[in-house]
Amino acid sequence: MNMKKNQLNKKYNKYVKDISPKPNYLANSIKAFVTGGLVCVFGFAIQKLIISRGIDKETAGTIVIILLVCLSQLLTGFGVYDKLAKYAGAGLIVPITGFANSVVAPAMEYKREGIVLGVGAKLFSLAGPVLVCGYSAAVVIGIIYTLIY
Amino acid sequence: MAVKKIGQQTIQFQNPPKAISAYSIVGPKEGQGPLNIWFDEVLEDDMCQEKSFEKAEGRMLRNTIISAMKKCKKTPKDIDYMLGGDLLNQLMSTSYTARDLSIPFFGLYGACSTMTESISLASVLIDGGFADHVIAATSSHFSTAERQFRFPLEHGNQRPPTAQWTVTGSGALILSSEGSGPMVTHITTGKVVDYGISDVNNMGAAMAPAAADTIATHLSDTGRMPDFYDMILTGDLGEVGKKIVLDMLMGKGFSIEKVYNDCGLMIFDNSKQDTHSGGSGCGCSAAVFCGYIYKQLQSKKVKNILLVSTGALLSTISTQQGESIPGIAHAAVFSTA
Repeated sequence: MNMKKNQLNKKYNKYVKDISPKPNYLANSIKAFVTGGLVCVFGFAIQKLIISRGIDKETAGTIVIILLVCLSQLLTGFGVYDKLAKYAGAGLIVPITGFANSVVAPAMEYKREGIVLGVGAKLFSLAGPVLVCGYSAAVVIGIIYTLIY
Repeated sequence: MAVKKIGQQTIQFQNPPKAISAYSIVGPKEGQGPLNIWFDEVLEDDMCQEKSFEKAEGRMLRNTIISAMKKCKKTPKDIDYMLGGDLLNQLMSTSYTARDLSIPFFGLYGACSTMTESISLASVLIDGGFADHVIAATSSHFSTAERQFRFPLEHGNQRPPTAQWTVTGSGALILSSEGSGPMVTHITTGKVVDYGISDVNNMGAAMAPAAADTIATHLSDTGRMPDFYDMILTGDLGEVGKKIVLDMLMGKGFSIEKVYNDCGLMIFDNSKQDTHSGGSGCGCSAAVFCGYIYKQLQSKKVKNILLVSTGALLSTISTQQGESIPGIAHAAVFSTA
């Protein structure tokens, strides 16, 4: 009985996959590539500008990151970022701009539940899993690196 | 003996309740859709001057019910029971509405199938002689559903083409043992059907087997052919679910294509309004029925309607635990004859 049900479910899932419209991967990839590239070009231009004013490369890089994060936060606050990201997809979600958005969006959303239990508890509801997995991966890679060298 | 039960899952009422009043309120986006002239009220602001979206949804539902009562000149004291629900945890909007209206209340959760679930039980109460006037009402709100089931509103992401758009809207129907209006002649209560779909962005596919099952059972229980109905309407299956229902029923020997439509496809123009596969939510079938269909029945442009609200009985926890999405569909027959 269970096996028969499993088989039926598999067949149905395959049928649904066949008839469901698919996202336009090519167009989405091109949009993501172009917008993601533009974000990088913008960052790079700012970095060059700052370096030309006599600031060292590392500090300039930090300033660029802060600027991108602030811009992303501002656009989220004005309710524009979600519309841009809907168009650009990974082009805006993968760079640090997406990270900033994923912290500010819950902060705005949950402020009605209070500063501590709303914003405090939910601030990292989207970014949290990324941080935890990112740090864990860094620790594992770090251990492997130490063992090899 | 269950003298009113026919076939497997259907009840045929001996004293069919009459729908004496209906009222619908929808949000601004729904108000720009193809059915805009039929809704009784279109909100300019989906916050309804409230502090939170949840309070806004409650206020929208409360106003819908009060206006439905006004339309048939009833006050809360005339109403024996209120049946209804919404999509939020612990039925927040409906419970708070029931608190304000002070009408004896049964809170129901059937996800987006709650409208016909409420109509079904309200009709049973009236036909059984337990009540004279019962309100069936549901609501959903895009922004409350979004924050409960998906992401914060301002989060940047892309929806797949199979995703649906939760309708901001509510509908209230007042059923009565006397008076005039379209009658509820039959109900067919659905079974929970699960074909193993676990993609929350393809709810139409998860609910469609339940809808097909309920429609097929209804037709064989009553011995009716699909063309007995002017319209067979599912609640919120969207493009994908609609196709599946047609395919599945064809497989069972019922060709319903000529009379079949889906409320989720009627309320939005998917190509213009960027709603992907179509509308969803308790408010979808409630607003389309109480706004558009009820008026068609009243003016006798249509005579027999089979309304099949469809629900996806998932929770945020079941999704995180990797469970599949169970579907349910309840049918109610409205007839002017």
